[in-house]
Amino acid sequence: MRTGTDRVKRGMAEMQKGGVIMDVINAEQAKIAEEAGAVAVMALERVPSDIRATGGVARMADPHIVEEVMGAVSIPVMAKARIGHIVEARVLEAMGVDYIDESEVLTPADEEFHLLKSEYTVPFVCGCRDLGEAARRIGEGAAMLRTKGEPGTGNIVEAVRHIRKVNAQVRKVVGMDEAELMTEAKLLGASFELLLEIKKLGRLPVVNFAAGGVATPADAALMMQLGADGVFVGSGIFKSDNPAKFARAIVEATTHYQDYKLIAELSKGLGTPMKGLEIASIAPEARMQDRGW
Amino acid sequence: MKIGVLGLQGAVREHIRSIEACGAEAVTVKWPEELDALDGLIIPGGESTTMRKLIDKYNFMPSLKQFAAEGKPMFGTCAGLILLAKQVVGYEEPHIGVMDVKVERNSFGRQRESFEADLDINGVADNFSAVFIRAPHIVEAGENVEVLAKCNGRIVAAREGQFLGCSFHPELTDDHRLTAYFVKMAAEAKEKPAAV
Repeated sequence: MRTGTDRVKRGMAEMQKGGVIMDVINAEQAKIAEEAGAVAVMALERVPSDIRATGGVARMADPHIVEEVMGAVSIPVMAKARIGHIVEARVLEAMGVDYIDESEVLTPADEEFHLLKSEYTVPFVCGCRDLGEAARRIGEGAAMLRTKGEPGTGNIVEAVRHIRKVNAQVRKVVGMDEAELMTEAKLLGASFELLLEIKKLGRLPVVNFAAGGVATPADAALMMQLGADGVFVGSGIFKSDNPAKFARAIVEATTHYQDYKLIAELSKGLGTPMKGLEIASIAPEARMQDRGW
Repeated sequence: MKIGVLGLQGAVREHIRSIEACGAEAVTVKWPEELDALDGLIIPGGESTTMRKLIDKYNFMPSLKQFAAEGKPMFGTCAGLILLAKQVVGYEEPHIGVMDVKVERNSFGRQRESFEADLDINGVADNFSAVFIRAPHIVEAGENVEVLAKCNGRIVAAREGQFLGCSFHPELTDDHRLTAYFVKMAAEAKEKPAAV
């Protein structure tokens, strides 16, 4: 019996495909998410929009909250650790969390080095804005990716930019002559071997979800249409008027992302979604997507 | 031979690829009426609670039960096994409830306990590299159920006539022997349709 292998860690993310992973801050929200059909929940102390609003240093959630959420639902539970925070990650692993998000939503603990995720038994998901970032995280052992978007804004524009960028760069690599890959690797800051693997597979070797700005069922469906394997919804659900209804609608829109009549139906009367933020109004130092490299 | 994969959520793409590698036609099933044209159905790994919500939402249940009643082969992997089982530990009601086994969810533990192991699957494959992810196992098998594989003394693969189920994920490897076995089950059932 071999635990913590790439296949086991990446396979776990494969099982989440076509699904919605929802941010929750307590057991009650976790149950609402599970009941709505979430494939996993992300246990947090504050959702990204609140982190943005309150400011200060954002850290790993209180283990009590994580434990409470783990006890409340049967679906997988994820939790966030700060970029490069070895101990937060080890603590979450020791608690039996199913997936760790080394996340730019929290204040980075290390501005130079990300975690060496291949050393852990627990799988990791990491954010990316382009193929270079994606490849570096995979190189460190991330078993799942998510495009970063701009968390806590309810504005889909950055999420669209990032998923389009990653997928366009994947297509470029797949179409390249093998002799051209080393130069591309140099330009992207990615390993040659990984680009070769992407070329052979015709896609990334790990699942890639979309995150950072999904606020409506149509936003979720848009990300799927642009080639995401699934979506993370952070502030969008529990900052809306009717979270249970909202959560169900996002799950359905993700499953049937090309069924526009259905999306019209389930978007009716959802109440007000979270109030969004114009990206240009965010100060450069408050942009979460620029954390990590 | 046309094999469908229930495409509501989970590892759908991998099963499609595996079916095609076995020389059969593969179809992603998103709506109940798409079941009619199939010779067999695979219910993939994923989150069983999510799949169940969507099965109910789109009124899949009567069609899935009808599919089973017609004697058409069904193959459940991991979450799919949970959906096929007649009993699920800790739950009063089963999901589709057609295969005479009792399964326990997440019975090997959480994700950090997920593992790979090499199994001998009786009459199907020796040295089969099996990937277990937050996997269930079969706690009890009915008298007509043939146990195909065990891992640490626990039943992890079984067949009951038209139904095939396993705790692990054959779709995550390039070993298509178990899928080929299921495609053969579907071919045999097509030749000799069961009395309805």
